[in-house]
Amino acid sequence: MTLPILLFFVFAGIAVGGALSLIFAREPIHSALALILVMVALAVLYLLMGAGFISAVQIIVYAGAIMVLFVFVIMLLNAGVENRTQHSIMARWLGIPLAVFLIGDLAYWMARGAHALPLAERSGSLAAGPVSTQDLSLHLFQSYLFPFEITSILILIAVLGAVVLARREP
Amino acid sequence: MIPTTHYLYLSLALFTIGIVGVLTRRNVIVMLMSIELILNAVNINLVAFSRAYGAVAGQVFAIFIITDAAAEAAVGLGIILAFFRNRETVLADEMDLLKW
Repeated sequence: MTLPILLFFVFAGIAVGGALSLIFAREPIHSALALILVMVALAVLYLLMGAGFISAVQIIVYAGAIMVLFVFVIMLLNAGVENRTQHSIMARWLGIPLAVFLIGDLAYWMARGAHALPLAERSGSLAAGPVSTQDLSLHLFQSYLFPFEITSILILIAVLGAVVLARREP
Repeated sequence: MIPTTHYLYLSLALFTIGIVGVLTRRNVIVMLMSIELILNAVNINLVAFSRAYGAVAGQVFAIFIITDAAAEAAVGLGIILAFFRNRETVLADEMDLLKW
């Protein structure tokens, strides 16, 4: 077992474990910390894929900005422990079977479609190689310049929306 | 070299966990965090396919999705704040203003 594979399984395990503790934690703040763990583990996986820029953005924007926002709101609202309810009979009896069915179904079709991936990739030697940050920036600011500008408008609208929504009524 | 399918299965696991989180949790903040988890699963797929095919577009769209997640988190948390100010709750099953 080579080092990259070992690293992959370690950090994939951390990501899945963090995701599970996200949905099982009763305290919202514990969920938020688990999500930060998932983000950092995924950043390492992006590095393994040779996507250095995405990895940095993952740490800075996701683990940094977005999660700070979540933690801030959780502390602001003083959201406490969430108790289980027994309201839904369907969730109680069908929940776990349906979740298992969903993951099994998706995994089945994924395994069936795996042969469609590029040949060199399946045998282990990647023909194409990782995408460099230089390539990425050239494409982002040339071929995808218009979507990029639209994105900045989207962010502007989101900022305005957040300010209007969170503003105290005069 | 790690095969692309490994990444796809990881993404599948995170996606399913996110779906279960959105459907089973009552706290709206945790539901939003589960949605972030789902968006992350999508990002893994995009970057993995970008590597497999040597195509840049996958990573470009991964950046767009991260931007989108930031916008969604800002607006979503704004709505939660505004709702909490009116009803003093963050639990989804107590948000029944429109329920007959």
